[in-house]
Amino acid sequence: MGATEETRGKRVAEPHFLVHSPKDNVGVVVVEGLRTGTDMLGLITETDKTLRLTASADIPIGHKVALKPLKKGDTVVKYGEDIGRMTADAASGEHVHVQNLKTKRW
Amino acid sequence: MAAKRNGKRRSPSGNLSFRGWRRENGRVGVRNHVVILPLDDLSNAASEAVANTIKGTLALPHAYGRLQFGADLDLFFRTLIGTGSNPNVAAVVVIGIEDGWTKRVVDGITKTGKPVVGFGIEGHGDIATVARASYKAKEFLHWASELEREECPISDLWVSTKCGESDTTTGLASCPTVGNMYDKLVPMGITGVFGETTEITGAEHIAKSRAIDAKIGEKWMQVFQAYQDEVIEAHKVDNLMDSQPTKGNIAGGLTTIEEKALGNLEKIGRTCRYIEVLEPAETPAAGPGLYYMDTSSAAAECVTLMAAAGYVVHTFPTGQGNVIGNPIVPVVKISGNPRTVRTMAEHIDLDVSGILRRELTLEKAGDALIDMVVRTANGRLTAAEALGHREFVMTKLYRSA
Repeated sequence: MGATEETRGKRVAEPHFLVHSPKDNVGVVVVEGLRTGTDMLGLITETDKTLRLTASADIPIGHKVALKPLKKGDTVVKYGEDIGRMTADAASGEHVHVQNLKTKRW
Repeated sequence: MAAKRNGKRRSPSGNLSFRGWRRENGRVGVRNHVVILPLDDLSNAASEAVANTIKGTLALPHAYGRLQFGADLDLFFRTLIGTGSNPNVAAVVVIGIEDGWTKRVVDGITKTGKPVVGFGIEGHGDIATVARASYKAKEFLHWASELEREECPISDLWVSTKCGESDTTTGLASCPTVGNMYDKLVPMGITGVFGETTEITGAEHIAKSRAIDAKIGEKWMQVFQAYQDEVIEAHKVDNLMDSQPTKGNIAGGLTTIEEKALGNLEKIGRTCRYIEVLEPAETPAAGPGLYYMDTSSAAAECVTLMAAAGYVVHTFPTGQGNVIGNPIVPVVKISGNPRTVRTMAEHIDLDVSGILRRELTLEKAGDALIDMVVRTANGRLTAAEALGHREFVMTKLYRSA
């Protein structure tokens, strides 16, 4: 898959993950069977900008990937908003879910 | 073979329209049910016997109606009367264990002007009641079956929304598709509604800001806070993990309630604002526009309350594949999860997974949903209708006396 610059309206390469906002520090894997080591194409839906990231884990479709190293206690941002706190570290490209992220509510 | 698809219509003036049944009170329905409505759990057997005898009528069995009191009883009657009053219902036969509360439901539905009659079981027994009610049900069915659809402007359509078994794809694809639909249809004069009070936890600042003005925003905030204080904080034993988010949500990649809430709110689009905050099952009275209804986030409870408020088509985004339907309101399922669309195809009315692959824009997905909503209003059966999903579930506020 080529790392060409994609623009709205043109035929684009299928992204491996989508990011809602440029403020986000996690993305969502949108392909099935993603394997660790995959050179992933990502797309920020708000700006239509692309980015590349290497998967550091097998991540199921719909699950989150860390866009940068996240430390225990860090706030996780998605939709440009606070969605909870890291309860363990995650490296860039790693799976972010119930094992390392928890709500700040209730 | 029909040359013309039962699709989107435009009236001579160029405005979007659909074909529905205009009822006695002016509201428009998209289904034409003759309902056999039990007042209480004890009347389910007789009601189902009538529906079994008179083919084409629809019984709505439920679990409640005995020894309820106060606000819980008010909500119970509002839901039952609202269900019978919904314009998707042509006529109603009410059956109750005794005459008093049966009459209360009949009197409530009578205000719409539609045919409605009630039967009490005590003093007659089930068999005689089933016979008497069946004659009346047959009469209503013949009458309803000759009513004809007529061309109606899209502004006569009341469209509700609530999502279920959400995952991260609902926030990316199916919920914003519904939002795009509302952004386009609300300015055309439709009446919409969203709810799910607990499921806005973490996005309440955004929901508050989407009210038409500060006063309605403050009213919304009070409803939100009351649910937190009186339901969640009063009864929780942990952080609600596995209940809210659900097991299915978590399997789909949603981790926290905040994340789920932000995806949920995508259903109200970018531009439309809600104009009033409704009690559960309360009928909107402030004119066309988007409303908020205070509901639980359980799918069948929420859709039942919205149907009781008078909404006639429901749009239901799902990620992991919630299979819900409603007995009187067609529930249109929208999914953007390619695995769900593949493995549970029979449940999905509109596939928007192309959004994830960047093959489909949100703009086109919204148009496709409007087309599906209009086709559904015109008579296309939804997946849930074809599969016989008729979840009719009352919201209970507290234990009965």
